[in-house]
Amino acid sequence: MIKSEKRDSLKVLIIIPAYNEEDNIVGVIHEIHEDFPNFYILVINDGSIDNTSELARSTGLARVIDLPVNMGIGAAVQTGFKYAHKNGYDITLQFDGDGQHMVKEISKIVDPVIQGDVDMMIGSRFVQNLESYKSQPVRRLGIKIFNFISYLLIRQRIKDQTSGFRAFNKELIGFLAKYYPVDYPEPEVIILLGKNGFKIGEVFTQMRERQGGASSIPLSRGPFYMTKVLLAMFMAALREKRIKPKSDV
Amino acid sequence: MYNGRIQLVAILGSIILIIFIFLLIRKRKLKEEYSVLWLFFSFVFLILSVWRGSVDWIAAKLGIAYAPAALLLVLVMAIYIIMIEYSMIISKLADTNKNLSQEVGILKEELEELRKEVEASKEKGKGKKQ
Repeated sequence: MIKSEKRDSLKVLIIIPAYNEEDNIVGVIHEIHEDFPNFYILVINDGSIDNTSELARSTGLARVIDLPVNMGIGAAVQTGFKYAHKNGYDITLQFDGDGQHMVKEISKIVDPVIQGDVDMMIGSRFVQNLESYKSQPVRRLGIKIFNFISYLLIRQRIKDQTSGFRAFNKELIGFLAKYYPVDYPEPEVIILLGKNGFKIGEVFTQMRERQGGASSIPLSRGPFYMTKVLLAMFMAALREKRIKPKSDV
Repeated sequence: MYNGRIQLVAILGSIILIIFIFLLIRKRKLKEEYSVLWLFFSFVFLILSVWRGSVDWIAAKLGIAYAPAALLLVLVMAIYIIMIEYSMIISKLADTNKNLSQEVGILKEELEELRKEVEASKEKGKGKKQ
């Protein structure tokens, strides 16, 4: 366990991308604040048409950035990185606004980043085993394909490519403020960081069943989604390095 | 005679196209940057219509049995290339658009915070006077 003083001396920003999350957002903010009162909370309201923004503001515990139009998860999260970079935060944490991620699991992904063990820590639904995760076989197959391709590209096994529960260090804040991919960001970020010599870690974290709403990827659009993501992953791998990997410096 | 007429029509058509593009640029309805390909292909069409037999020559070189198909090939290629250029322009626009929206969002938040601070210090000032 990490000493709380060290954690408190750092400026940690929790980025919550939110699109029409008025049912969950207030609860999520309060929960985070209760356990981590020193963490700063930033809600990125991605052009919601409900009261997400007003409700998040009304808690008085979170800053809220309203994007003028709905830009998608990637652009929303990148806004958080830009904000964090501009305001000199040391650590950022991506946390979904839909109640899927659990506050009690935050330490698991933040502490290794604070300690400098990794540059990005992923909270994974199935580091232990994929089979226990409740989902259709088709989805599981898709996940396996992603994992295989990702392994081929960066030589590191990441079991939960699409988890949005992640912590990042200061170097990555600056890097991703510039280069965060927009369309299907989660798997692409892994390739981008792997290729650029950043250290990625993965740890099992419990997650709640989705409270409401459907997966962002309906099954019918699965093949389309897979193709696009795979293309994005390959392209991320083929692109020239954005910065020199640390071992060269 | 028939061949002569179609050549005349083709030459006139190409010239009108070129003039049209020039006019659009002059009126600033079309940026120079985005007109290059249009102008290029308009000139290609002009050359094809002035130089009789060019289409046959291309067809022969490419091994196309039916010469008019060569003309269609040039046309399709032109449209294809211009469409790709448009996709590139749209991608660039989408990126700029994204960056602008993010910047607007961040600035709005900053403005809000500043406004709150100003209000608070005003309140404070009033309190002192009384």
